[in-house]
Amino acid sequence: MDKLVHGEKGTKMMLLGNEAIVRGALEAGIGFSAAYPGTPSSEISDTFSRIAKDAGIHFEYSVNEKVAMETVAAVAASGVRAMTQMKHVGLNVAADAFMTSVYTGTRAGLVVVTADDPSMHSSQNEQDNRIYSKISGVPMLEPSSPNEAKEMARKAFEISEELELPILLRTTTRVSHVRGVVEFRERKEPRTKGHFEKAPFRFVTIPSVARKQHKILLEKEEKARKMADESEFNRIIGDGKIGFLTSGAAFNYLMEAVEDLHIDYKILKLGFTHPFPSGLFRDFIKNLEMLIVVEELEPYLEEYAYVYSRQDRPDLPIYGKYTGHFPRLYEYDPDVVERSISSVLGMEYRDPRPERSEIALPDRPPALCPGCPHRSTYYAVRKVFMKDKDKVVYPTDIGCYTLGIQPPYEIADYLLCMGSSIGSSNGFSEVTDQLPIAFIGDSTFFHSGVAGLINAVYNQKRLIYVILDNSTTAMTGHQPNPGMGKNGMGDIAPVVSIEDVVKGCGVKWVRTVDSYNLPELEKAFKEAAENDGVSVIISKHPCALLESAAKKKAGTFHTYRIDQDKCIHCHVCSKHLACPAIYISDEGLDIIDEKQCTGCGVCAAVCPAKAISEVK
Amino acid sequence: MRINIHIVGVGGQGILTASKILANAALAEGLNVIMSEVHGMAQRGGVVESSVRIGDVHSPIIGNGKADVILSFEPLEAYRALDKANGNTKIVTNIEPMVPFTVTIGEGQYPPVAMMLEGMKKVTPYVHSFDAFALAREAGTEKAANVVMLGALSALDILPISPEKMKEMVGFTVPAKFRDVNMKAFDLGYKAVKG
Repeated sequence: MDKLVHGEKGTKMMLLGNEAIVRGALEAGIGFSAAYPGTPSSEISDTFSRIAKDAGIHFEYSVNEKVAMETVAAVAASGVRAMTQMKHVGLNVAADAFMTSVYTGTRAGLVVVTADDPSMHSSQNEQDNRIYSKISGVPMLEPSSPNEAKEMARKAFEISEELELPILLRTTTRVSHVRGVVEFRERKEPRTKGHFEKAPFRFVTIPSVARKQHKILLEKEEKARKMADESEFNRIIGDGKIGFLTSGAAFNYLMEAVEDLHIDYKILKLGFTHPFPSGLFRDFIKNLEMLIVVEELEPYLEEYAYVYSRQDRPDLPIYGKYTGHFPRLYEYDPDVVERSISSVLGMEYRDPRPERSEIALPDRPPALCPGCPHRSTYYAVRKVFMKDKDKVVYPTDIGCYTLGIQPPYEIADYLLCMGSSIGSSNGFSEVTDQLPIAFIGDSTFFHSGVAGLINAVYNQKRLIYVILDNSTTAMTGHQPNPGMGKNGMGDIAPVVSIEDVVKGCGVKWVRTVDSYNLPELEKAFKEAAENDGVSVIISKHPCALLESAAKKKAGTFHTYRIDQDKCIHCHVCSKHLACPAIYISDEGLDIIDEKQCTGCGVCAAVCPAKAISEVK
Repeated sequence: MRINIHIVGVGGQGILTASKILANAALAEGLNVIMSEVHGMAQRGGVVESSVRIGDVHSPIIGNGKADVILSFEPLEAYRALDKANGNTKIVTNIEPMVPFTVTIGEGQYPPVAMMLEGMKKVTPYVHSFDAFALAREAGTEKAANVVMLGALSALDILPISPEKMKEMVGFTVPAKFRDVNMKAFDLGYKAVKG
C-alpha cells in the first residue's frame, strides 16, 4: 500500500516536488503518462513507474521526449487525462510536436511538465522555458513549493479541459528537488480507456486547418487571460508601497528577504503566469511607489511589467534585470535576492560570510564511479590514441560518460545535446583530417543517435562510433530503456538489440566487446582506426552500481587489495586508471579504499607488477 | 522559530537518507519543514549538500552565515561549507577523510584535518569532531555512519525534535534486520557529543 496512492484526504506527507506532482495528477484522475528521464524531472517518472500498477494507470518510458509528447497528445485527444514530464532541454526535443499540439488542442486534460535547471546542476544550458509558453500560447503554471506543485498539477488538468489546451507546468530544480509538507485531497478514479472521435479538420494540421486553428488558439488565449486574472494561484501579500512581482522559487527567497530587511512590502505572487494576468497587475500597481521584479533567469515577468504599466502608471519606476540590479545568470538564493533588493533601495549590504583562514581546498568534481565500465573503455582509448591525440577528435554525448572530460582521460572535445556526438562527427569527418571517435550511451543512442548514424552511412563518413552500453539509463537513476528487457510498468519487455539496429542502419564494421576486456578493446580500436568508413564499437558491461549490488545480493562480491610487497609504485592504478577507490597515502603507497571498491578487477588487469588481487 | 541545518558530504555516504529522517521527524513533531537535495550528475562522487529548515521558513536554501548547524560527513567538506556558518553555529563533523581523485592525480593537496578543525574553531567555538565511521563499525556496520551523525545532531539541544522521536524515526526508516545496529549507532553518535 503506497501512501502516495492510498493516502486519504487530509494526509500530510513529506514529498519531493516531483513526487507531489504525481500525487496531484492522481488526484485529478490521470490515466496515462509517458516520458524520457532527465534531471531535474526524473523522479516524476520514477514515481509513476513505481505506483502505476497500484494506482491502476499506465506509465511508459518513451525513447525520447518527442515520442512521449506525441504519445500523450493522442492519449488526451482520445479522452484520457495524460501527462508528460521532461527536463528543460527535453522540451526542445519535443518542441515540434508540442508547438502544434496547441493548434489541435486537446480533449481530456493534457499537462506537460518542464523542469528547468538554473545554475545547470545537471544540464548543458540554463534556458528559461517560460518563454515556450509565450511562443506556443500554452497557459503556464509555476509552483514555488511541493504543496503548490501538487495543487497546480491537479488544477492543470481542469484548466486544460476547460480551454481544450495543453498546460505547461514549469518547475525548477529548487521546486522539483525540494521536499516539503504536502496535504492530500481526494483522489479521483482514473480513466484509462478512451475512444478517438475523428475530427480531421481539427486534428490534421494541413495549412487550411492550421490557419483556422491558430485563430481559435488566440481566442482561447484571451479566455485564459481572464482565468489568470482570477486564478487562486495569483495572490497579493502585504500592503506596502514598495511592490514586488515574483514567481516560482524566487518567491521563497523574496519572502525571507523582505522580512530580514524590514521592508514595507506588497508582493504580487504569480503562479498562473501565462497569459500574463494583466488586469490583476494593473490593479496591483495603482498606488505603488516602485516595482521590483524578482525572478530567476530571463526578464520574463519584467517585460510584461513594462508593457502593462504603460497605460495607467507610465511613471512607475521598475527595477530588475534591465536596470542591472538583479542577475540574469544562475539560480537565486536568499543572499542574491537580499543583496539585489538592498542595491535598489540604497541600503547597506553586509556580506554574511564569516571571516576564515585561507586554506587551499582541492576540488571534488563529480567523477566516474569506481568500477565504471566507461573508465576502462577510456583507458583503452587513451592507450591506443594518446600519441596521436591531435589526429583524433572526441565528440561526446549526454550521460555519465561525459565525465570522461576529467583528467586523466580528457576524452571529450565537443558536446551540444543528446545525440550530438554522431551528428557532429558527420561534420568533423568531412572538413578535417582528424578521425572522429564519438561516444554515446545505450539510452542516448536510442534517444537520438540512430538518425546521425544513418546520416554517416549515407554520406560515407569515416569515423568511429563507440556505444557505451551499460544496459541502463545510469545518470538519471537507472531507468529502463529499450535495450534492457524491462518497461516502465516493471514488466518484461522485448530487447531491442543495439547491434541489430547498427547493422540495420547499414554499418558494415561492428564489434561488440566487454568493457572490462582491455586487450580486446585495444584491438578493436586499432582495427577500427584502419577501417575506411563507419566503424561501430559496442563496449558493453553493466553499470558498476547495479553489478556490485547484484553481486552483493548473490554473495559473490569481493573487493581488491594491493600487495604492498609486490607494488612497484608506478601509480598506473591510481593516476592513469584513476579509479576513485584508489588513493595514495601520506607515505606514497597506493591503497584501495575497500569502502568504495566495487570489485571490478580492472586495476588488477592494468597492474604491471601483478600486485593486485581479490580479497577472498 | 527558524532552525537551519546544513548537511554536507560526498555522494554515497547516506546524506539524503539522514536528511529525510530528520525532516520526517520534524513533520512527526507537527513542525513545518522544508528540505533541498541534490540529484543527477552532481551525485557521482561529487560534493553532496542538503539543507533542512524547520519552522517559519520559505526558502529551501540556507543563506550564507545563517546555518544553526553544519552537519558534515567529511572534514574537507565541513571546511568548504564554512560560508554558511556564523559565530554561534554548531559544527558537527566526521574526521575520516575521503580523498578526492583530484588529489590522487596530483591536482591539489588534501589539507591536514587538524588544520581544518583549527580553522573551524576560529569561526565558531562549537566544533564537535569524531570518527563517525569508526563508531559505525563499532555499532556493526560502516553504513550506519549517517545514523551516527543523526545521533550526534540530536545531542546538540538545538532541535525542536526530541532525541527519542528522532531515534524512533530512524528505527521506522531502516530495514528491520539493521534496526539494532542503527539504534546502537545512534547512541554512539549521541554520546560522541554529549560525552
